[in-house]
Amino acid sequence: MKDDSQPADYRWVGKRLDRPDGADKVTGRARFGADIHLPGELVGKCLLSPHPHARILRIDTGKARALPGVKAVVTGADFPVLEDRPTPVADYAFNLWDQARTLMARDKVLFDGHPVAAVAATTEDVAQQALALIEVAYEILPHVTDLEAAMAPDAPLLHETMITTGVAPGPAAPSNIVARTMLERGNIDAGFEAADIVVEREFRSKPVHQGYIEPHACIASVAEDGRAELWTCTQGPWIDRAFCAGILGWEMSDLKVVATEIGGGFGGKLTVYDEPIALRLSQLTRKPVRMVMTRSEVLRRTGPTSGSLYRVRLGAKSDGTLVAADCEMILETGAFPGSPLGTARAIAFTHLDIPNLRLSSAEVVSNRPSVQAYRAPGGPITCYAQESVMDEMAEKLGISPFALIRKNAVREGTVSLAGFPLENLGLAQVLDAAEALEHLKTPLGPTQGRGIATSYWKNGGGQTSVSAILNEDGTVNVGIGTPDIGGLRASVSMMVAETMGVPYDKVTTTIADTSQLGFNSFTAGSRTAYAVGLAVVGASKDLIAQVCERAAKMWDLPPEAVDYADGMLRPAGPNAGAHDPVPLATIAAGFAKSGGPIMGKFTTDGPGAGPNFATHIADVEVDPETGGVTVLRYSIVVDVGRAIHPDYVEGQNQGGAAQGIGWALNEEYVYGADGRLQNTGFLDYRMPVAPDLPMIGCTLVEVPNPNHPFGVRGVGEVSIVPSVAAVANAVKDATGLRFFEIPMSPPRVLARIAGARAAKDPSLKPAFR
Amino acid sequence: MPKIHVTTTVNGGETEFLCEAHHTLLSVLRDTLGLTGTKEGCGSGDCGACSVNMNGRVVCACLVLAPEAEGATIETVEGLAGEAGMHPVQRAFIETAALQCGFCTPGFMVAAKDLLARNPDPSETEIRYWLAGNLCRCTGYDKIVRAVQKAAREPGRHART
Ligand code: FES
Ligand code: FES
Repeated sequence: MKDDSQPADYRWVGKRLDRPDGADKVTGRARFGADIHLPGELVGKCLLSPHPHARILRIDTGKARALPGVKAVVTGADFPVLEDRPTPVADYAFNLWDQARTLMARDKVLFDGHPVAAVAATTEDVAQQALALIEVAYEILPHVTDLEAAMAPDAPLLHETMITTGVAPGPAAPSNIVARTMLERGNIDAGFEAADIVVEREFRSKPVHQGYIEPHACIASVAEDGRAELWTCTQGPWIDRAFCAGILGWEMSDLKVVATEIGGGFGGKLTVYDEPIALRLSQLTRKPVRMVMTRSEVLRRTGPTSGSLYRVRLGAKSDGTLVAADCEMILETGAFPGSPLGTARAIAFTHLDIPNLRLSSAEVVSNRPSVQAYRAPGGPITCYAQESVMDEMAEKLGISPFALIRKNAVREGTVSLAGFPLENLGLAQVLDAAEALEHLKTPLGPTQGRGIATSYWKNGGGQTSVSAILNEDGTVNVGIGTPDIGGLRASVSMMVAETMGVPYDKVTTTIADTSQLGFNSFTAGSRTAYAVGLAVVGASKDLIAQVCERAAKMWDLPPEAVDYADGMLRPAGPNAGAHDPVPLATIAAGFAKSGGPIMGKFTTDGPGAGPNFATHIADVEVDPETGGVTVLRYSIVVDVGRAIHPDYVEGQNQGGAAQGIGWALNEEYVYGADGRLQNTGFLDYRMPVAPDLPMIGCTLVEVPNPNHPFGVRGVGEVSIVPSVAAVANAVKDATGLRFFEIPMSPPRVLARIAGARAAKDPSLKPAFR
Repeated sequence: MPKIHVTTTVNGGETEFLCEAHHTLLSVLRDTLGLTGTKEGCGSGDCGACSVNMNGRVVCACLVLAPEAEGATIETVEGLAGEAGMHPVQRAFIETAALQCGFCTPGFMVAAKDLLARNPDPSETEIRYWLAGNLCRCTGYDKIVRAVQKAAREPGRHART
């Protein structure tokens, strides 16, 4: 068998090939969550709380049950009471009790849209009528939806016994502050004393939704003997199985979860909402139950990511050496704990070598839906605060943002304050490529500005298992357990084709269900091309080893005396030429006489994911009359390790940037004084549309990750991290005003300009005076 | 409630269905006729995932009441490919990687086909504004615009439906 080294020129990797699921997805044949129907199915629907905070005194389902066509009604009482503690699931720990109470309230409703009951009925119309017949008696409680108000000592408490963890001594009284954390290196006070220039600022952001276009949808079918199947549009069928089995108290082998095609997730489909409810309703009715959310349910019940308050202090010597940084991150988590503090902390100032660094954080509950992961969780808001302050520091020092980073760039081989190794870095190459862009030479008009931001993302690996089958005709079927949200089947087939030396179109990659493979972590965390890539290359090599054995047997040679390359088997070394070369297809066809079917597998915990860096450059124009901000030009430079399929790598980056532009300029959850979400549709929750955006330039820098056979780093998340900051810095450059709160929506921009004009603020640029 | 009987033409074939007065064309296409290629992203006319061509105009099927389909000619994503294979817009979407999750794709293609039928050589700005009613959260629209530009360069396939 040949050694592992890969040829420098790849046959498939790096090419822009048609994706194998393309035809299905352009003809309507692909089946997404809401496209699955089963005979005899019922329609499931949830009744949502209209109150942000209330005690449930009584739920009377009698009238609803009596309505013809209603087959079952459930409330929180129809689900087991779980222990209030984290349950380990692979390398994660989830508090299933919090999750169970998120998807169906017990005792109290904690946010507008919190489900209190669900029905299963013969039709959608009957289900809707039944919801209207459920009588819920609420005792309305004072609510709090604002981050800072929720931290006040007299704030209404969501969880009456919640004592802040992570502080010593712990507080005596309960509060809405879930936890505080602190990491420090060096001596922060001494660091700032040594600084010649200090920039200190506060930044605020609002929760935003992942905004996937496909609403959550699932269909559950439970058999008489209790065995169940669940089809759902999910990023992680194994994790869904763990959630559902845990919440319902079932055994995992009794539940098969099938991931349908998924219409976007961005972290928002890492968990379950209706799935356990549909399973319970199906168990009670012995009929399939299909549940599809409306868009307003999606916005009221699912996602979003945290709103935030950041306090950042940065100190530098007058020569540009950064000596101290202090970053306090306060994140909203919605009704239950689970904010992205860990990942936010992991990126803050990580691309910089700052000797005295303190990262502190707090997590706060309020009467909003529980936050969920959103692409690089915590990254964009951390980077917004960090890169705004870096931009201001560069300005004060009179140097370019690139020069400031280069002077202080993190050193190869160090470990970040959050504990992540920084090795094989591509930061310098990203900065080189960014500084060389033509974009930077384009002249700007009097109301235009340019913003630059750079950030790090750590990327994930994680638990993965795959299968590879050599079919009788020499074609290959690969089974993976991670849903394909943006070209994964293509990149997997390409990596297998490259490793096996077989044509791309002879490899078919299928998304397996939970009964067909070992555990698989999510399609998330920028882990899939990396960890699934490791695994499918491993499974391909397993197949190669097996075909070499079969050929060796045929030729009566030891297996290591057989050479495999480009789909051909040859005797190697001293035996070279002793037998004619045999194609893979011949070995495949002869499986029955050479030892049985040929099937490979590989499992891994996915170690060695490579961190990466991205620089984003945004040009904007600010309308002095309306406060509207238009993005004129946008460039991304990112180290991807190796782009398996460059189109989809670019696409991930362009999509991430577009989400960041929406976050920076328009998107936010708006709650009324009544604690109800006011923008529950895409008309008012305004995401970027095609005319809002320019073409988005994307330069892929390839500094291979040595831990991956093709050099892959993650790409999905770093794409969004610098985007908000780049736009914010561009608006600053255009107007002269730094915005300390996002989104920089037209009213906010206009008010800020008007305020600066009235105050005769000298930093306001002439075109706005 | 008595159902309404509707006769319509869907993707070139005469089709009959029964519906109630408040049912949408989208729910009939998806749930009654099994044409699940047309997607529902919002149900309120804001995302364009449900775009279909009705009597030569792109409409949001979620905003059309099913009885309004009486006598109409409707084309959905399932009707884009013909005897000669995929429509140039479909091929261009695959070849330029204009889809990531693919959920918005049917709506974009229905709208893009109509654009090219009216304006075979649209500018980037015209493409962006024509597609303003279609939301995509995955791509940032860059490759979608390129796909439409590419399809526009394919000769002779943009006859009006
Ligand atoms: S589903 Fe019709 S426009 Fe969104
Ligand atoms: S490709 Fe996912 S929404 Fe457009």
